[in-house]
Amino acid sequence: MTDTATAPAPGDATPDDASGGLVRRLLARIDTTNAVVLPLLAFISALVIGTVVIALSDIDKLKEGDIGGILTTIKDAYLALPKGAFDGWRPLNETIVATTPLLLAGLAVAITFKAGLFNIGGTGQMLMGGMGAVWVGFTMNGPGILQVPLGILAGMVCGMLWGIVPGLLKARAGVHEVISTIMMNFIAASLVLYILKTDAFVREGRNDPISKLVTPEGRLPRLFGYLDRPELRAHIGFLIAIAAALFFWWLLERTTIGFEIRAQGANSSAARYAGMRPGLLIMTSFVIAGGFAGLAGASEVLGTQGRATQGFAGDIGFDAIAVALLGRSSPSGTALAALLFGALQAGGQKMQVDTGVPVDLVLILRALIVLFIAAPLLMKAIWRIKAEGAIAGPSFGGWGS
Amino acid sequence: MELELRGITKRFPGVVANDDVNLTIRSGEVLALVGENGAGKSTLMNILYGLYHADEGQIYVDGEPVTFESPGDAIAAGIGMVHQHFMLVPVFTVAENVVLGVEPTGPLGRLDRAKAHDQVEEISAQYGLHLDPEALIEQLPVGIQQRVEILKVLFRDAKIVVFDEPTAVLTPQEIEEFFKIVESLKASGRGIVFITHKLTEALRIADRISVLRRGQTVGEADPAEIDEVALAEMMVGRPVQLVVDKEPAQPRDATLQVRDLHVVDPTGRTLVDHVDFTVHAGEIVGVAGVQGNGQTELVEALTGLREILGGSVQVDGVDLTDSSPREVHQAAVAHIPEDRQRSGLVGAFTVAENMVLTRYHDDQFSDGIRMDWDTARSTATTLVEQYDVRTPSIATPAGTLSGGNQQKVIVARELSRDLRLVIASQPTRGVDVGSIEYIHAQVVLARDAGAAVLVVSTELDEVMALADRVLVMYRGRIVADLARDETTHNEVGLYMAGAKQQEPA
Repeated sequence: MTDTATAPAPGDATPDDASGGLVRRLLARIDTTNAVVLPLLAFISALVIGTVVIALSDIDKLKEGDIGGILTTIKDAYLALPKGAFDGWRPLNETIVATTPLLLAGLAVAITFKAGLFNIGGTGQMLMGGMGAVWVGFTMNGPGILQVPLGILAGMVCGMLWGIVPGLLKARAGVHEVISTIMMNFIAASLVLYILKTDAFVREGRNDPISKLVTPEGRLPRLFGYLDRPELRAHIGFLIAIAAALFFWWLLERTTIGFEIRAQGANSSAARYAGMRPGLLIMTSFVIAGGFAGLAGASEVLGTQGRATQGFAGDIGFDAIAVALLGRSSPSGTALAALLFGALQAGGQKMQVDTGVPVDLVLILRALIVLFIAAPLLMKAIWRIKAEGAIAGPSFGGWGS
Repeated sequence: MELELRGITKRFPGVVANDDVNLTIRSGEVLALVGENGAGKSTLMNILYGLYHADEGQIYVDGEPVTFESPGDAIAAGIGMVHQHFMLVPVFTVAENVVLGVEPTGPLGRLDRAKAHDQVEEISAQYGLHLDPEALIEQLPVGIQQRVEILKVLFRDAKIVVFDEPTAVLTPQEIEEFFKIVESLKASGRGIVFITHKLTEALRIADRISVLRRGQTVGEADPAEIDEVALAEMMVGRPVQLVVDKEPAQPRDATLQVRDLHVVDPTGRTLVDHVDFTVHAGEIVGVAGVQGNGQTELVEALTGLREILGGSVQVDGVDLTDSSPREVHQAAVAHIPEDRQRSGLVGAFTVAENMVLTRYHDDQFSDGIRMDWDTARSTATTLVEQYDVRTPSIATPAGTLSGGNQQKVIVARELSRDLRLVIASQPTRGVDVGSIEYIHAQVVLARDAGAAVLVVSTELDEVMALADRVLVMYRGRIVADLARDETTHNEVGLYMAGAKQQEPA
């Protein structure tokens, strides 16, 4: 079609504006503000479907046909989630602990989305970053003012080095980054297993893969240390994550490299026409991504855990993809999405204790949110948004490119 | 058969694409539907073809109201459409393409090739299409491919045939052939709708002309009684200047010197075949040619976007062979790319961001690390004003602007600095008449400011209007180098078709 109409024609106001006008205008707005509304609708939809899961999990009440009881369980479960996440020092602390690595790793995915690339390699980059950080953490013995920054730096650099590889493979040899980052995850996992068993890393007297303890000086200072409550384990990794999100914003919006990355992601042939170097940008994006993920690894081993095990990164590298998707790769969106996922994780524990609804519900909610985010047309159908311009899907390069 | 569109209104979010449009199409006549890009022509035809549904209004066939839920319904009602972009399977034969979807079959659904062959041959002969049913589509020139599209429509027994910008891809000679076919369709009692923005063609072939402007039918014209200027005024809504206003060129020193340039594609096929030419400061050289004869690759090679196999490119004595796009930019060369959506703009970026897309690296806009957005924004504000870009603000995403305004953003960005050479590829493709005037004037201004200008366009009218000298490309070679004043549309057309070649000097 060559004739996409662009001229706002006269007589825009139609006769039925008075009656259905308000609804239509509201629905029209949904299109334009979908960066906020779509994730919100996805979240609500997930909660609604979640009620079915809760009901099914309470099979006894279901058999008895105790509808009232089921409704109470649903209510209690959904109330327990925010309570367990925000109501009091301890819940807040747990939310922060869960949010920190999700945000850092989420940024590692978001930066590549911005450049039109997929980074499935958050896990591997985190693992390698953790190795670098933990080594500084247990070999040096203070002073903290030196050891902590060095440990963080080591984590970031190791993550960056791990990130170079898929960047290089893509830029030089055209290897699809999804394949290479997944493979790099496997390599990192095996490598960590090996490193943790070497004499330099393994804890005295142990022969399972667990590292020496990070020295007290090398641990990230705790956020609520002044309260003298040892169970509040949240640490300054959270501040690092927020600083990273700010840096992310500054990089993209205020620097030439950020401008290039955004152009590359939004229209790579325009970027090439404009004299930008796609290969270099692919490399740069992956190095920065590796840096963010490396920080996530450092924050885990130096802050939350105080040691490295083979599984310290858990599923964070994958959850981060969901976080970046939900946050639409913007720094504020990614931060909010990480907070949501972190809060769900923290609240999920309380929900299980209080109501017996398994914590797995949280995983299901997360999965549903991501599913809905990835399917804007489905959201449109469910919420009966009728405007013809399709809600934009998440923006990233396709498989073929 | 009589087809009537009555009171058709179609709204998209934020725009009314068709506003109470009325149109009647009768058998045995040619109706030209003219209007600028964005006037709503294609929307209207897509409604007629069942691809869109009208919000208001009704379609009538012979007085009976009908509803087309899909193109299938429209085809069943006897409406055929020849799209601007052909819908053919390149590796299939003519006959296979024609019968695709309505194949004659034998027992057990076996494709009856012989019957398909015969049917296609019969229709081809009947309307003088001269098509070989067994020819492979990918080996046919565009003009012939278009005839296959026409045959497809006839095969489905269309009574009304809609042509969407059919002449855009044809050489002047092919256009003549096309008009003959249209005449024979008309003689067979079919109704023809001819969508175009080329007024001379509408005047030439149509029995009636309907003019669309901003989604509304602003009037009907009788081609016998209206001239091009009056029709253009109807279409645009104000008096327009159809010829480019310029003084004779004052060529000075040679600026762009291309010697023995050779470009191949990854499979080794020659795209630009040992090309030699020179563009002097203060002159506009136009490159004419049917799409796909190496013009795109020539421009890409000159601007650092495509690898050069052999030969050299010099701008004011500085060698730019194998330079990067950035180096070409820094050598004071402007490049208006042929496809603004694909490469000239980042649609998701704001007007301000697009205004610095190729210049963000200049000292003016960055210190090498940080962007100076204040300067960028104030420059953008100035340029928007100076180049008459109609945009709500400089923070508006460029992709939401009309084609003409998007192009003006590119023109503003590329021409608003001191330049040695301007390379403009399809500078007014898909742009409204008002913007065409404006962009042409800017190109002439760049020439008069002392730059050498190379304009590449598949619209022969554009080349003839702008150029001081005309080069013709055919199959990767430059087959003619003509002074504008000493040549005619017809002569250039013959070179474009490969029917004529200049002896190498």
